[in-house]
Amino acid sequence: MRTILKATAVTVAAAMALSACAASERDENEGEDGGDSTSSGRDTFIFAASADPASLDPAFANDGESFRVARQIFEGLVGTEPGTADPAPLLAESWEVSEDGLEYAFDLKQDVTFHDGTPFDGEAVCANFERWNNFTGVLQSESLSYYWQKVNGGFASSDVESLDGTGKYESCTAPDEHTAVITLASPLPEFISALSLPSFSMQSPAALEEYGADDVGGDSAAPVLPEYATEHPTGTGPFVFDSWTRGQEVVLAGNPDYWGEQGQVQRIIFTVIDDPTARRQALQAGDIDGYDLVGPADVVALEEEGFQIVDREPFNILYLGMNQADPELEDLTVRQAIAHAVNKEALVAQTLPEGTEVATNFVPPSVAGWSGDVETYEYDPERARELLAEAGKSDLTIDFNYPTNVSRPYMPTPEQVFQSISADLEEVGITVNAVPEPWAPDYLDRMQGTPDHGLHLLGWTGDYNDTYNFIGVFFGAESNEWGFDDPELFQMIGDARYQTSVDDQTAAYEAANEAILERLPGVPLAHPVPSLAFSPSVQGYPASPVQDEVYNVITLDD
Amino acid sequence: MQRLALLVPTLLGLSVLLFLWVRALPGGPATALLGERATPDAVERINALYGFDRPLVEQYLTWLGQLLQGNFGTSTRTGRPVLDEFLVRFPATIELTLLALVIAVGVGIPLGYLAARHQGRALDHTTVGASLLGVTIPVFFLAFLLKYLFAVQLGWFPSAGRQDPAMIATHPTGFYVVDGLLTREWDAAWDAVAHLILPAVALGSIPLAIITRITRASVIEVQNADYVRTARAKGLRPPRLRRRVVLRNAMLPVSTTIGLQVGLLLSGAVLTETVFAFNGIGSFLANAVFNLDYAVLQGFILFIAVVYAVVNLAVDVSYGLIDPRMRVR
Repeated sequence: MRTILKATAVTVAAAMALSACAASERDENEGEDGGDSTSSGRDTFIFAASADPASLDPAFANDGESFRVARQIFEGLVGTEPGTADPAPLLAESWEVSEDGLEYAFDLKQDVTFHDGTPFDGEAVCANFERWNNFTGVLQSESLSYYWQKVNGGFASSDVESLDGTGKYESCTAPDEHTAVITLASPLPEFISALSLPSFSMQSPAALEEYGADDVGGDSAAPVLPEYATEHPTGTGPFVFDSWTRGQEVVLAGNPDYWGEQGQVQRIIFTVIDDPTARRQALQAGDIDGYDLVGPADVVALEEEGFQIVDREPFNILYLGMNQADPELEDLTVRQAIAHAVNKEALVAQTLPEGTEVATNFVPPSVAGWSGDVETYEYDPERARELLAEAGKSDLTIDFNYPTNVSRPYMPTPEQVFQSISADLEEVGITVNAVPEPWAPDYLDRMQGTPDHGLHLLGWTGDYNDTYNFIGVFFGAESNEWGFDDPELFQMIGDARYQTSVDDQTAAYEAANEAILERLPGVPLAHPVPSLAFSPSVQGYPASPVQDEVYNVITLDD
Repeated sequence: MQRLALLVPTLLGLSVLLFLWVRALPGGPATALLGERATPDAVERINALYGFDRPLVEQYLTWLGQLLQGNFGTSTRTGRPVLDEFLVRFPATIELTLLALVIAVGVGIPLGYLAARHQGRALDHTTVGASLLGVTIPVFFLAFLLKYLFAVQLGWFPSAGRQDPAMIATHPTGFYVVDGLLTREWDAAWDAVAHLILPAVALGSIPLAIITRITRASVIEVQNADYVRTARAKGLRPPRLRRRVVLRNAMLPVSTTIGLQVGLLLSGAVLTETVFAFNGIGSFLANAVFNLDYAVLQGFILFIAVVYAVVNLAVDVSYGLIDPRMRVR
């Protein structure tokens, strides 16, 4: 017993000695925030994120959690019209595009400063574009500058041949403080839409320089982010960065010098809760104010308990793919029969969240190239049977691949979707051979890496308002997933992408969508609604199809 | 020293097994990483980037070589060094498993001892029954139940995480309870404790049940041993007899059990941490399995093995303290 006492005394003495060096940082924090240190107050908004952001420098990010944080700290030249995916003025009040589609003159918002007090002006715009275009070495790896590569197509110079000087961006000039002129080497019609991505946010050139934003260490397999991307993101947005504790939380504070409406929320805490059930329970327990990616099964339960469900306008597509490398699906008549056999209305009503729209195109209706004139293949089991007989396939047996144990925003419960469609197919006399597989890696490997699959379920969530972002991804070139080679269609989609006028482009995309549905490589099924959940006190959450959601417009009731 | 030296071949053998096991998992990290964006080209690029396309032996030797230099590789999911990810999360798991162990030992030994002294009576029967229940309830189920009842329904304890997100607290060491004490942010320390209680109770339930049963059985055995009877006959007073003779001798099998429970606690942490969104090594490991994050799986499991080996070494050494006869010459 005496030994234990002695040991305790030593421990306490050591702890007291240590506590002399471990001073609380709370006082200065309090000074900065001017707030109460312990209670959440009603100017603090706590949102559960599913993971840490990958990078606080949005130029090095392409994941949803990084973007969620970046939207609060940063702003781009172009934003979106609230509640839609349509581009709208943000830091650029307006822009003019030259006749040949190569010169974009942006008229910039005046009296805007970055969080470090430096002015936002034409020079700053050019500094950002020049930075992206002159990324070298590790910075050119896809895990870092994914969107610049994807949109621009290359860098000023690169060791990789396909990226070396292949970019569309040519130069940027700032004729005066309030103007920036971007010149492109060849037309890029989705340029304005793409600029609404957080990756192309305007960052303070002074802070980028001071905190070594481009000093990424390591190699492309293991890039080590610099101080700027982990501790000093500096933008023009309504919130300034406060702290990031890995695996725990990111904290932002209100920007007292914000040029726009600052709003009620003065502190945002993104707390990391990776398990979906734990997120729901944290909301139910009152530990958080809201969370994203609410499972359809939780929607009704939460609503009944008095929580709010906020739906985003869908910006996605769920489809039934019909791989033409499968001899049974090579015949267009068979594919038409399958399309007529599927009861999309029933599928949506039975298996997808409330508010989900039935799809007719491979793009959602909010995207400009969506066409109302596509062949829609109405539900008609009789017609399906006729078509099968016509094709001589009345006793058709077909493989149906679907993923298990996965929930995607566009496909919350793949098993149920499979059940519903397979019942429809059996109804018209097709024998379905079910091939369930775990999502990653088995299912994805099979879809993308092998021709060995038949009917299958997949989908996509778009990045920004651009048809190519959907059909270009699916049908831009020959692929294992679809198993057909149709140079005419590929050409059509490629040509549409490079139309210089928006009207011409929209018409070309509409035609491409019509052509796709004529060829019927798959059946567009639905645009499922993604939902967020909030405590009753949260008002005015600005749900956006492309997740352009900035929290300065939120109000919090007591 | 001899025992310490034995650790080296043990860990080396483990590293081979671990490497083979992780690589034998179906598929690869590339598709898990790329999702819908995976094209054959992109998959190939990722595989080349991380060296997954090279022969297995070469991959193993490269990994081992890096290990010896203290480089545990990079997480394919977060892009950060495995060692950094581990160090950031390890304090959380230590706090959690320590408290679980304190609960298991602090409650289990007295309870087992009392049950043994009242052998055959109501207290004994209740303890035996409860410990049987404790062993059979799966950790994640109990965790879920506790959370639903005490956090979601009653709101007595927080439901997730290690600290109230709205609390401004200073964290010099990463051990949140210790941090709160060191910086004299008492409310933060208490808040960290409140976050620990439910997960620690859930995690400690099985070790608690086992320790109770082993203590009970061991005390009963020692109570009836010849030397105890002799000591009693020689007139040793009961309190002294119980403390010096019975308890001390009964503790030998118990301390072995405690050492073995550490392994159970570390594996149980994977489930408990996931349920309570407690950001320790357990929940990170669970995600790594899902994402086939090779480097994290290999590194973290190796770390856990080392911890387990070291704890059991310490248990071996503690025999000597409890029983001088067991001291290694």
